[in-house]
Amino acid sequence: MSTACDVLRERLGLAAVTELRPREMAAEVQLDQLPAIADRAVASGLRLVSLFASDEGAERGFTIHHLWSGSEPATFMRLSAHVDPARPRFPSIAAKHPAANWFEREIMDYFGLVPDGHPNPKRVALHDDWPEAAWALRKAFVDGQSVPRVEGDFHPFRPVTGEGVFQVPVGPVHAGIIEPGHFRFGVAGEPVLYLQLRLFYVHKGTEKRFERLPWRHGLFLAESISGDTAVGHALAYAHAIERLLGVDVPPRAQYLRVVLLEMERLYNHVADIGAIATDVAFTVPASRAQILRERLVTIQERLFGARLLRGTVGLGGVKCDLTVGRRKELLIHLERLEGEFDDLIKLLIDSGTFTDRVDDTGVLGRQVAQDLGIVGMAARASGLDLDLRRDQPHDAYAALRFQVPVEEGGDVRARLMLRAREVEQSLLILKQALEGLPEGSVLAALPDSLPPSSSALGWAEAWRGECLHWIQTDARGQITRAKITDPSFKNWPGLAEAVPGNILPDFPVINKSFNLSYSGNDR
Amino acid sequence: MFSILVKSLKTGVVTKADPFSARPPFGFPVVDFPSCTGCAECVQVCPTGALQADSSTPGRKTLSLSYALCIQCRECVEACPERAIQPGREFEVASYSREQLTQRAAFDVDGATGQATFRGMEVRPGPSLEESAATLKERIKGRLGRSLHVRQVDAGSCNGCELEIVATANPVFDLERFGIHFVASPRHADLLLVTGPVTRNMEIALRRTYEGAPEPRVVVAVGACGCSGGIFGEGTYAAIGGVDRVLPVDVYIPGCPPRPQAILNGLLVAMGVREARLKPEGPAPLPEPGRGIAE
Repeated sequence: MSTACDVLRERLGLAAVTELRPREMAAEVQLDQLPAIADRAVASGLRLVSLFASDEGAERGFTIHHLWSGSEPATFMRLSAHVDPARPRFPSIAAKHPAANWFEREIMDYFGLVPDGHPNPKRVALHDDWPEAAWALRKAFVDGQSVPRVEGDFHPFRPVTGEGVFQVPVGPVHAGIIEPGHFRFGVAGEPVLYLQLRLFYVHKGTEKRFERLPWRHGLFLAESISGDTAVGHALAYAHAIERLLGVDVPPRAQYLRVVLLEMERLYNHVADIGAIATDVAFTVPASRAQILRERLVTIQERLFGARLLRGTVGLGGVKCDLTVGRRKELLIHLERLEGEFDDLIKLLIDSGTFTDRVDDTGVLGRQVAQDLGIVGMAARASGLDLDLRRDQPHDAYAALRFQVPVEEGGDVRARLMLRAREVEQSLLILKQALEGLPEGSVLAALPDSLPPSSSALGWAEAWRGECLHWIQTDARGQITRAKITDPSFKNWPGLAEAVPGNILPDFPVINKSFNLSYSGNDR
Repeated sequence: MFSILVKSLKTGVVTKADPFSARPPFGFPVVDFPSCTGCAECVQVCPTGALQADSSTPGRKTLSLSYALCIQCRECVEACPERAIQPGREFEVASYSREQLTQRAAFDVDGATGQATFRGMEVRPGPSLEESAATLKERIKGRLGRSLHVRQVDAGSCNGCELEIVATANPVFDLERFGIHFVASPRHADLLLVTGPVTRNMEIALRRTYEGAPEPRVVVAVGACGCSGGIFGEGTYAAIGGVDRVLPVDVYIPGCPPRPQAILNGLLVAMGVREARLKPEGPAPLPEPGRGIAE
């Protein structure tokens, strides 16, 4: 047994810890032990990264999984506990660990397992017109059926009362070209008292869909979890499949995957910076950012065959390659981008009218961010130093030198400046990856089928934050459960905390500074 | 302020004069049906069922390709042992019906050897592109010829289509020069640009948005998912599927996601100022519908 196993076993007070694969530990525990173990996990610096259920079939019942990430030792740790189908309940940890809040309620919605002791055990994913006992992720639930609508009350939003105090409903169809979701603001004039979210309008049954598709086709479904994170999710899925199969990705492909993931980060960060300028009506930098973004996606199409990098990641490697000439072309393009990008940032932060709007706007405090389990760029802009590229390196990141920028402000400006600094680091990473690209093949051969009754975790630190895919196979080697954890699912509650106290007209820019995916959240 | 002005002057015009001139490296797959042997390897690798084979009739076999379902993943191009599927570079693919996006070839199968020989293109009877264009023109009565107000509705998309729709308004494509303008309310809109798959949870909101738009309201379905449900399928507990499962659709813009040029083209088709074309460069031209098997 490795030392990492011993350390975790001791810290969490477990009987045994199994090392499934490098950076992937697992332990089976009793259901009632979960809350105490969660307390010990948090006390010893572990971070809750996902919490989900799986249906093991009519006889065997359900399993609740708590997935933790730690840096000392640097590993993921999955605790699983059996749930008796005759008693479909599990102990909640959300009262003490708010990061578990939505996760546990989603289990309630899709599996019909009741989180005992949850402080707010209401539906999160299911809309009001869903019938009771239609638990979509149970094995007994047939995918190809339409779920009848039930008559019921309109979503009960928290009431506001008082003179001059009222509610502002927004959505689900928004004024801009963005995804659908409903926001309910309680306002006293312009200042926002609270923000309530009603999401899951674009729930597409993605996790259930993975169970129906052949595992090779699942890659394309992964690319469509959130269209702006096609590479991030494709990588997380590919990693999970490769770990299940025990396949090593060729070094050249690992480097090219880094190139793809950083290109995705670049084009999204540049677009977001422009969109933040748009939302405070500063059109010149907005247009400049749009031009830079368009040039990036154009060269992506030229070099990798797809503007939004779809179809570039393959299972076992990548489906594209870069010749020396094309690498040079990309490096020249990036060098030019760097200069133009610096000008763009200077233009923004030298403008007092702009900084007035973004400074101290939409503050998400460090403690709140930590308690809610905020991840990725939004977490780093609130002073939390976490990044899986460094903490649990995937692909070629362990071989590359880069820094993880952290901003302390937690406001719109911090999220803007964090993006700017990450662009700088991405350019550095891209230069190293393109210049140090190893020779060799880009795609490993794969066996014909997945190992039966097995499971694996895949992860990637995409531009918005960490994408995690937990894939489980049945006795025939078919995917029987795919748990997709998108960073947006963890970060939406952060937006609801950052908005109150600001004025309503600042909401668009605060929202844009997080730029969360509805599709990734709703799946 | 002065530096902004200098920078803008130095940048000059970045807008592409003809956005349709540059061909992408990959648009949609083009099947050279005469050199196809009907092995159906492509059908096996297609993740969305865009390619489908039917051999239920003895001695006959058909192979069909629907751009409505195609997510442009290129798996079929790689898989074809005969190299009969080529990476097409056509992207201005828009149509007035789902069927117009489908091609189907018939093969004769030798009972003894199992070898399939191309027999001809088989087309389901339905209105041709010209007839559909005339119908749409009649419906909008030239009212949308010069300006078009568009309300975009995401009815379930992964946001990939939204990224490309936003890109049509960037300085490079600048769709406002064609008189096309995105508006904030369906009440101001001539056209709804809808992405899918339409989810169960968005169905009511989509219907209400449609009801809120004044006549003659045109509906354009965008993306593989908006045209057909795409990788998410149709009729699942959460995804109803293509936009036409919920609303009458006038124009379909396939692709995953369609490039900004394809979206722009589709909008111009919907305005009646551009004709829909379905001309994949390949040796298998689509014969006039209604003629059955082309000899």
